[in-house]
Amino acid sequence: MKRLLLVFLLILLVFLLYGLRRGSKEGFCHLTLIGSTSVQPFAERLAEEFMAENKGYLLDVQGGGSTAGIQAVRQDTAHIGMSSRELKGEERTLKSYLICYDALAVIVHPANPIENLSIREIREIYAGRKRSWREFGWKDRAIDVITREEGSGTRSSFEDLVMKGEEIAPTVMVQDSNGSVREIVANDPYAIGYISFGLVDRRVKAVSIDGVRPTEENIKRKVYRFVRPFLFITKGAPKACEQNFISFVLSERGQGILKREGLIPVL
Amino acid sequence: MKREEIHIEWTFRLFAFSSLLFLFLILFFILFEGSPLLYKVGLRSVLLEQRWAPTKGSFGILPMVVSSFLVTFGALCLGAPLGLFCAIFLSEYASRSVRMVLKPTLELLAAIPSVVYGFMGVVYLVPIVREYLGGPGFSLLTTSLVLGIMILPTITSISFDAMQSVPGPFREGSYAMGATRWQTIWRITLPSARSGIVAGFILGMGRAIGETMAVIMVAGNALSIPKGLLEPLRTLTGNIALELAYATGEHRSALFTTGVILLLIIMIFNSVANFVVKKRIVR
Amino acid sequence: MRLDPRTTDRLFSIFFRVHALIVVCVLLAILFLIAIKGLPQLSPAFLLQSPKDMGREGGIFPFIVGTFLLVFLSLLLAIPLGVGTAVFLTEYRREGRLTAFIRFGVESLAGIPSILYGLFGFIFFVIRLKMGLSLMAGVLTIMIMVLPTIIRTSEEAIKAVPRQLRLVSHSLGATKWETIVGVVLPKASPGILTGIMLSVGRAVGETAALIFTMGCSLRLPTSLADSGRTLAVHFYILAREGISMEKAYGTAFVLVFAILLVNLLAYYLMHKAMERLS
Repeated sequence: MKRLLLVFLLILLVFLLYGLRRGSKEGFCHLTLIGSTSVQPFAERLAEEFMAENKGYLLDVQGGGSTAGIQAVRQDTAHIGMSSRELKGEERTLKSYLICYDALAVIVHPANPIENLSIREIREIYAGRKRSWREFGWKDRAIDVITREEGSGTRSSFEDLVMKGEEIAPTVMVQDSNGSVREIVANDPYAIGYISFGLVDRRVKAVSIDGVRPTEENIKRKVYRFVRPFLFITKGAPKACEQNFISFVLSERGQGILKREGLIPVL
Repeated sequence: MKREEIHIEWTFRLFAFSSLLFLFLILFFILFEGSPLLYKVGLRSVLLEQRWAPTKGSFGILPMVVSSFLVTFGALCLGAPLGLFCAIFLSEYASRSVRMVLKPTLELLAAIPSVVYGFMGVVYLVPIVREYLGGPGFSLLTTSLVLGIMILPTITSISFDAMQSVPGPFREGSYAMGATRWQTIWRITLPSARSGIVAGFILGMGRAIGETMAVIMVAGNALSIPKGLLEPLRTLTGNIALELAYATGEHRSALFTTGVILLLIIMIFNSVANFVVKKRIVR
Repeated sequence: MRLDPRTTDRLFSIFFRVHALIVVCVLLAILFLIAIKGLPQLSPAFLLQSPKDMGREGGIFPFIVGTFLLVFLSLLLAIPLGVGTAVFLTEYRREGRLTAFIRFGVESLAGIPSILYGLFGFIFFVIRLKMGLSLMAGVLTIMIMVLPTIIRTSEEAIKAVPRQLRLVSHSLGATKWETIVGVVLPKASPGILTGIMLSVGRAVGETAALIFTMGCSLRLPTSLADSGRTLAVHFYILAREGISMEKAYGTAFVLVFAILLVNLLAYYLMHKAMERLS
């Protein structure tokens, strides 16, 4: 019995020591990035490339949403926060790095015949004032509207660019990541949602807004106006570890990776 | 020998107190974080207000409370009959060998993680509801169906236990008087097991109202009270899960308040279930 | 029109059989779908490689390890604490307000939904205690989550040990604690084991509490401070984001299969324990 106890305590001790040791090794960087689900997949890719070249680095990328990421940096739960919107109010005491631009795409199912919507029409759909596809020339069928959660940077950008102060109706469905919004729209012919342009794939269709098609060309030429920044946030001046990664992201290599993924580099 | 005794005793005491410390820590933490808001804004305002916009100061959780109860009730509508009838079969009709197959089946159903149920619901149920019944597919109906299946094992096993504890002589007396099996079940076994069965239903409801993952996958998470079976809704648990990551200050307190209310509801369910069973025993 | 009681009996017999059949069919359907779409995914590569491209390619090895680490460590802490509490509650015989109060606390906690553990763990361990999203935070949260189950089942198992055994042990000269450790606990082990296995099952399937405490990093956790995913969390993310349905089914298969194994192991161990006692 006593032996069992001793073994148990020993195992515990080993784990604790191992766990604590890792954190303070010299030349060893363990970074946690938390935040926007829009930035997340791209940060993952950047992290993968970065870790492949820099053996002393361990990067953990988590989601949670832009606001969650900003909070996490404030609370020291993350080293770098990822945001897909500008900092607001008190958040501005934090330091932000613009890593690229991303466009916002309003998506529908490929079987949906509608190719273009005006900003006003999108607003009316999300405010709950236009409820049927019939009002847009399609079937007499209710529109399945999907939005992101309140803390989402994507939602915040969407509200700033489209809603003009009006509130999104409480009857609208909520999903907590770009991926899940895309997934639902891809499976529901009558759905509409908005996601990061970099995440649009063949399973959904991005509509033109006010006649402007969301293409890389139009986004670069600033004709397509639904654009928001991707930011890396730190609390005060970043330490060496963090600075190295941020520099990598802002370097030609890093920007090249982002460009390949469909984002607009900071140039 | 005496010294070793004291060592062992104190080890056990230490373990006991540590674990109790943890348990009460979580209870008190939730209560501590959730109560200030209740005091400040008032229980009535939180419960009865319709608008949930915590970043703007509105903490009305009425739609979520209503939705939680709606799906719980809906789950019961599916899970209770199915579960009870299955239990009746298991207890009164099944042979030992059939029981040996069916019981593990139920245990396996209970062991399947909720995310798998949610996944099945999203991939198979949602499109069917949308195609053939209408609405976006993410709805009260879908959620009730998924939850109903999830609480089924609980209801079945508790009802089974309740019926098994009806003394053999009760049944035998009935048969001796020439009653058929069904007549015995209907007039003797079920009434005797009634309180246990009801307790099972209530505990099933407790499980349904606390479920999170499967619900946020199939409910749609809209903030309004669903006006029909085919409309999306958001439960109390879903609300916490969706907003937890980024809530601060008052918003965070509001989530804890939701937690407190959820806790109270579940504790009430558990107490009622216990009471129902005890009442029987006293009689 | 009144039916002959024999006919109603037969009708109801069929009625109940049908319901049992429905339940079996539901389970079979779920298992069948997961097996049919998940089995093709199973390969040594899938099980031993790390994920690439957010899980679209590669394997689930880090998540298998993550699941194992989480469950093992949580139970490593929860079992002594839980069984110790059960022993304390049953043997510390001053049945009064203290024990009633404690029991009430344990009962209340048994019903807490997992999202509340997530809420608590996130605010308390991750933020307040600055553990960050880590294995440590996850382990502690799950430990607290399974504690009531272990306490409850252990207590019942210990109470069920007949008094005579204790008396006999005492009469043979064994002290109170020698009796507990040498006689009562071994006799109660099948019941205690049930509680442990139930807890393992719950921990393996847990998602809500873990996303907010252990996080969802794609890397292999190599220390307590690392974040990571369990199989259930990975499955949830794959499924929700539509990253790869095939990989999702594959993960689900491994997950459900693991739970099945745990259940079978539970049966086997209980059988062995019961055999050894009779």
